[in-house]
Amino acid sequence: MLRLTGVSKSFGGLRAVQDVSLTLPQGQLCALIGPNGAGKTTLFALMSGFLVPDAGRVELQGEDITGQPPHRNARRGMTRTFQIVQPFAAQTVRENIAAGAHLHCADRAEALAQAEGVARRVGLAPQLDKPAGDLTVAGRKRLELARALATRPRLLLLDEVLAGLNPQEVGEMLPVVRGIADEGVTVLMIEHVMQAVMNLASHVWVLAQGQLIAEGAPQAITRDVRVIEAYLGHGTAQRLAGAGT
Amino acid sequence: MKRDLSLIAVFALLVACVPLATSSGVVLNFVMMVLYGALMAQAWNLLGGYGGQFSFGHALFFGTGAYVQAIAQMQWGLNPWPALALAMALSAGVGLFVGALSFRYGLKGSYFALVTLAFAEVFRVVALSVPFTGAGVGLMLPLREGAGNMQFGARTGFLWLALGLLVLSLVITAWLRHSRFGAWLQAVRDNEDAARALGIDPFRVKLGAIGLSGGLMGAAGAFYVQVFQYIDPAIAYGAHASVEALVAAIVGGMGTLWGPLLGAATLHLLADLTRNLFGNLPGINMIIYGCVLVLIVMFAPRGVGGVGRSVVAVWRAQKAKGASRD
Repeated sequence: MLRLTGVSKSFGGLRAVQDVSLTLPQGQLCALIGPNGAGKTTLFALMSGFLVPDAGRVELQGEDITGQPPHRNARRGMTRTFQIVQPFAAQTVRENIAAGAHLHCADRAEALAQAEGVARRVGLAPQLDKPAGDLTVAGRKRLELARALATRPRLLLLDEVLAGLNPQEVGEMLPVVRGIADEGVTVLMIEHVMQAVMNLASHVWVLAQGQLIAEGAPQAITRDVRVIEAYLGHGTAQRLAGAGT
Repeated sequence: MKRDLSLIAVFALLVACVPLATSSGVVLNFVMMVLYGALMAQAWNLLGGYGGQFSFGHALFFGTGAYVQAIAQMQWGLNPWPALALAMALSAGVGLFVGALSFRYGLKGSYFALVTLAFAEVFRVVALSVPFTGAGVGLMLPLREGAGNMQFGARTGFLWLALGLLVLSLVITAWLRHSRFGAWLQAVRDNEDAARALGIDPFRVKLGAIGLSGGLMGAAGAFYVQVFQYIDPAIAYGAHASVEALVAAIVGGMGTLWGPLLGAATLHLLADLTRNLFGNLPGINMIIYGCVLVLIVMFAPRGVGGVGRSVVAVWRAQKAKGASRD
């Protein structure tokens, strides 16, 4: 579906993403994890076209899209959400979602009608006519998701849709994400909530200091020495192993 | 959409009938100036209110429309009616040109405002120095009364002309409110990155808005020339037209259909009142505009229309409370 080959990006002296290569399989729900500042969001921006890589290639379904602007990529079927939610605050929830639906639908009434269906899928139906600025954090996360879904993507990049939610809200959101993937949309999610990663993802990449340090099934990843050290510090894996015996 | 259009139709009918109800020159002149002010404000509102691109230099389009209208008649021998269409088209073209330059490089907020201001200034200096604009002397449109020449003996004709142009701008705005292009424009206004992620090309959307806005502002300039039959660089590209357009739109309520009309009416009412109180102090209306703008921005950021809606909402809530108590 999506293939990165040797993608790098620096900001001044900071090498945010270094030589990352990965292939996202079609029709699966995968996750990208890593400690704060690892470059996950930067990598998303490189995939979706918000940033242009200094080196490397990005391919979507075999087509080279390196350096293509995000709105073109959205038309090709790849949409992203934002970690820091970006609602059109002055507009209602319905209008927000319709803005996404307009990608494939020129008629206003039709787009507004489609927005209603999408809102129902993510559980926003009761808030349809509220201004987006009045939503709670959980509501805004749902709105991010709904707006992206309304563009009918084939590949959805979710940037921490669960961050900032309480456990109950996470529990409500998980089936929504699961449902999207079950409908055949390929999903790549950046996530800190490990419960979600373990539950949802079939494959996990771990990014630390701009480099991919591990990949594999979620259960294997959590036992990986390099991953534990990246999160908890050098030598931790050994100490943990010592404590275990 | 239907509701907006029928409101516009009712409004147009009511205003069109004003000359039948009164022949007072003062009233007709006032109504005409309000309509003309509302046209400018609506033009600004398309780009500033719905697109979030605040221009400080709408005189750029106003002046271009005015000069094209005058030059097309005086030097190319065009009839004023096709000249009006040409004036609108060329002003829209200037809009596209300035828009392409500034949006290509991602200019936003105050940078965009400054660029429009700078362009208006450049055009003013050019108009001062080239021969075909009459340079500093300006252009005086010869008097040729007759509806065919767009020069009406009475104010009534001009009132209807201004009304026609304003209705055109209102219909365009109504379309904007209920179309994909308008939805895209407001998405770009509210959050450009989110819009891009949804497949919206901000450059093309903003370009469309500045083209429409420029064309309508050019119509206002052309109208000015027909009414006052004189144009010089200071009137055409000076700050006055820019300020009047943006203040009326902000005072009335940005990003609304009727706000610009409301704002223009408020401002002209204030200006006329103070003129009666203080006599004809030159520049007094600009001072008033400034004060009103400060007050509105501080106390009613959604404009006069927004205050009206809030009052209605409070009144309804009170009434509902009263009703539930009974």
